[in-house]
Amino acid sequence: MGILNKILTAFRGGATEIGQNIVDANATRIFEQEIRDAEKHLTKAKRELTDVMAKEMQAAREIERLKRTIAEHEGYATQALEKHNEALALEVAQKIAELEQQLEEQQTANASFSDHAARLKDLVKKTERQLADYQRQLSMVKTTESVQKATASITDSFASSNSKLLNAKDSLERIKARQQQFDDRLKAAEELETENSDKSLKAKLAEAGIGEQKTSANDVLERLKAKKGS
Amino acid sequence: MNIHTIANHLNGLGDNSSTGQRFDCYPIDGDVEVLQVNVVGREEIPIFVSATENQILCISYLWGEDEVVQESRTEMFETMLGLNIPMPLSSFAKIDDKYVLFGALSLDASMLEIEQELSVLSDNCLEVIDEMADYLK
Repeated sequence: MGILNKILTAFRGGATEIGQNIVDANATRIFEQEIRDAEKHLTKAKRELTDVMAKEMQAAREIERLKRTIAEHEGYATQALEKHNEALALEVAQKIAELEQQLEEQQTANASFSDHAARLKDLVKKTERQLADYQRQLSMVKTTESVQKATASITDSFASSNSKLLNAKDSLERIKARQQQFDDRLKAAEELETENSDKSLKAKLAEAGIGEQKTSANDVLERLKAKKGS
Repeated sequence: MNIHTIANHLNGLGDNSSTGQRFDCYPIDGDVEVLQVNVVGREEIPIFVSATENQILCISYLWGEDEVVQESRTEMFETMLGLNIPMPLSSFAKIDDKYVLFGALSLDASMLEIEQELSVLSDNCLEVIDEMADYLK
């Protein structure tokens, strides 16, 4: 059974009470041990793979060398035959036969190393995949536990502070009301600012003798004098 | 990255956050350290931040099972699933009998990314409650 399934089963079974773990601590430890074992296997397989690949390369080099030597000796044998030295040619031919025997042995060894390397590569890939999967599953268990513990801490904190999580709609209403109040204040402040700047503009205009003028005492007196004179 | 580093950074931001939000942080004691992050003006819907071995989790509680209008529960689920992809950075989840919005960040996340995550999560919460009010009592 996969970890996800265990987690879901535990949830359905109601194993979400505080202090009740999804997967018991012992199982988590066993799982962590499995991961460590898999890591060891992986390291061992990789080391073995390096050895086998090195041997494979050695064998390949030896095969090349033997092929070259055989070709060389075939040349010698041909030259000996051209010079009608049958005895020498036979001796060289014997050497070639020996070399061919060695070549065959090396080729067999090389094929076996290649097979072994391919098997090890498969094993490494499989172990790596398995390890990644184990780690993913362990991470799921640990995150689930961590979230449960965090939830417990949050719940405890709310219980001890005598405050509680409000109903969602009420919370939203309160936040909106506060935002509205803030917006209203901002608007009022803006209006006040505009009004003030209007006033100061009017004052400046009056000072410059533009716009509606206030009647002063002198103006009244002048007007009265003018009336009397007429 | 631990929650105290995050708390110090957020508390130190004041009015200079890149998101325009102000944050107040309070560590909560417990088996797992949790940071309560209040976005100023939205204290009713706090965000809880915790750091596990491989990620930073930011969780906000939306509503409890008891607040859901039971007849529209299936419709609510479908709306949640539909919103999960278009909603930026956050996803729906359920912890015990509470519906939550959460976002997860890498432990390598920058402070700016954490700030953005928290701000977006908070915005998403308000919008989700507003949009889904019909499913709630």
